[in-house]
Amino acid sequence: MNIILNNVHEEAQDGHTVKQLLDYKKIHNKYIAVEINRKIIPKSNYHKHKIHEGDRIEIITAIGGG
Amino acid sequence: MDKLIIDNKEYNSRLMLGTGKYKDLQETAAAIEASGCEMVTVAIRRMNIGQDQSSANLLDIISPEKYTILPNTAGCYTCDDAVRTCELAADLLSGQMLVKLEVLSDSTTLYPNVVETIKATKILVKKGFKVMVYTTDDPIVAKELENEGCECVMPLGSSIGSGLGIINKFNILEIIKNANVPIIVDAGVGTASDACIAMELGCDGVLMNTAVACAKNPILMAAAMKNAIRAGRDAFKAGRIEKKSFGQPSSPEHGLITDE
Repeated sequence: MNIILNNVHEEAQDGHTVKQLLDYKKIHNKYIAVEINRKIIPKSNYHKHKIHEGDRIEIITAIGGG
Repeated sequence: MDKLIIDNKEYNSRLMLGTGKYKDLQETAAAIEASGCEMVTVAIRRMNIGQDQSSANLLDIISPEKYTILPNTAGCYTCDDAVRTCELAADLLSGQMLVKLEVLSDSTTLYPNVVETIKATKILVKKGFKVMVYTTDDPIVAKELENEGCECVMPLGSSIGSGLGIINKFNILEIIKNANVPIIVDAGVGTASDACIAMELGCDGVLMNTAVACAKNPILMAAAMKNAIRAGRDAFKAGRIEKKSFGQPSSPEHGLITDE
């Protein structure tokens, strides 16, 4: 299925959860936030929140800034 | 003890350091260490998913267990974007509600958009955020932000990254005079004397990034800032002498060895 991940069109596997997407992308940083269609997904729901066709997903982290 | 209190936490250091523009994470960590600061700002951005995920992350180096991590809304030009960024930051930092709000007007001046800033402050305070708010050096706006319930007001000394120092001391003094929340100068510091002046005026702290990160020797400048802020704070507490138009002798005038 097609998703938009951090503003880039990508393909994701049908039925994948947020956790599976993070694993697939090799994202193991604990300081992240995930937003799907402008709604923040709590970390406790990563393993059960399923991704859907057309989802707009943002994976956010902290970087250097003033 | 002379401590700064923000969001019910005591700080020995009145210096807050940004983590942008350093050569690498090691230099960032070394500068933070040399500055003695206990609060560091970070930016909230989309993760660069293509990069090597095994490489160190900022918060692996600057541990939230050791430092207060102050997420900022740098780069936001609207109230909506700033509020969204704060909500993401709170989730990222396991529910921490302390944020640095900055809503900018344009990319040339990087001046705060005061209208959007006040709007965002209202919304964030209502949502339970502890808002440290970056704004202009306008005393009326500073008071307005305090009345909206912000944690502290952070007027600019001059434009972000300009290094022009405290351009309008009288406005900063007026802001301090009227304030019941900590006043922290944020932006404009170029070198140690600028930070010292802010503290001599009676500011509660100084937040800076470029002045340290872009100095020829960032680690030495970080140490200079630490000393300047301490010196300025002590001078403020000690109370400076009045300025006079002409000289006043320091030595006694009696007992002079003259023939007259």
